[in-house]
Amino acid sequence: MTPISRGFHGRRSETTEAERVPPGQYVTRDFPVLSAGPTPHNPIESWSFEIRGEIDEPRSWTWEQFIALPSERITVDIHCVTKWSKLDTSWTGVSLDTLLDGVDTSAEYVLAFSDGGYTTNLPLEDVSDGKGWVAYEFQGEPLDPEHGGPARLLVPHLYFWKSAKWVRGIELRQDDLPGFWENYGYHNYGDPWKEQRYAGD
Amino acid sequence: MERAAVRRRLNWQLARVVEVVAETERTKSIALDPPDWPGHLAGQHVDVRLTAEDGYQAQRSYSIASAPGDEHLVLTVERLDDGEVSPYLTEELRPGDDLELRGPIGGYFVWRESLGGPILLVGGGSGVVPLRAMLRHHRAIASEVSARLVYSARTRDDLLYRAELGDYETTITLTRERPEHWDGRTGRVDSALLSETAWPPADRPLVYVCGPTGFVEAVAEALVALGHAANRIRTERFGPT
Repeated sequence: MTPISRGFHGRRSETTEAERVPPGQYVTRDFPVLSAGPTPHNPIESWSFEIRGEIDEPRSWTWEQFIALPSERITVDIHCVTKWSKLDTSWTGVSLDTLLDGVDTSAEYVLAFSDGGYTTNLPLEDVSDGKGWVAYEFQGEPLDPEHGGPARLLVPHLYFWKSAKWVRGIELRQDDLPGFWENYGYHNYGDPWKEQRYAGD
Repeated sequence: MERAAVRRRLNWQLARVVEVVAETERTKSIALDPPDWPGHLAGQHVDVRLTAEDGYQAQRSYSIASAPGDEHLVLTVERLDDGEVSPYLTEELRPGDDLELRGPIGGYFVWRESLGGPILLVGGGSGVVPLRAMLRHHRAIASEVSARLVYSARTRDDLLYRAELGDYETTITLTRERPEHWDGRTGRVDSALLSETAWPPADRPLVYVCGPTGFVEAVAEALVALGHAANRIRTERFGPT
């Protein structure tokens, strides 16, 4: 039985929004920024996106090649482990299904890696079948470096730290290697609807 | 990359409020006695959960302001006028109340002596809170690691922990006020101020930057431009909410 906080009344979301907001989250209109270190600024000419690991022929795209790939417009709600949720965010990006098309792999996990050394781990099935993208536009504009530009992973059904900023590729793996925050006590999977914020939740 | 020191399930617990101290007109420090506290590292935070009579709940994260060895767990909370939780914590909560929390959380924006230094702590506004935990810890263990604080506040009245800032090697800058008889700095934390206060990049100082996003972005970028390695700069940012 959860104790009552004497004198607390709170501010509830509108009911139409409430059912879209996972437990413990609140809706924000802003787009807060959270990162563990400085925002990288690298020339776009040196950017590439790589798929490596458990794959016969590693794949790699330059920026020009990447943005020429078939893209999708995605409108989704996003949920940050620091408690904010943002509804109806719209992105343009390339589906991981497109990037992994025709790949035959025994991998069950991916480790996404980014400029600056950030990593995060996910089951391969959580970025497959229309569940994961590499996004490079936000609300129709090039993705701001503070928010992960030039490109970030977008996996909206998991807490947003799984949507790695400044992503440069994914490693296909047979074993599940915990990433950056997963090593610091955050949940290995991170389902916001089960409130899997920290290890053991 | 070091592993988290504490790895166990973080259960919610009720911590008794021991004392509420006004730091400024908008900011209070809340001293708590959690019944089952595993200890924390300087720089970590807790999640706080409030529950209304109808069962509605709200959660937020707050940095820990106390050192691991301090008698009480202290949170310093700034009232955001349009906030949902901070007005309750700063205006309503009083000694004898119970506050539900769990933690400690976070293992990267922390300092412990094995990480060495020298350490430069750069705080903007209430971003100084986790840095104060690091400085108190640094002093409590009589660390020989060199440590400096650069603290940016809007006005002199907005300064937190005024009574103890003199205990540390501190540079204060005020961004919205130039008071009479002020021997500190004024203006934003810029490249010039950082090149004076940060050690040379060759000394590889470990830098912790905490504050609002614009502040953290500007300071981190200036440090990188001065030649400091990005992987020696750890950041913690507060959104506008």
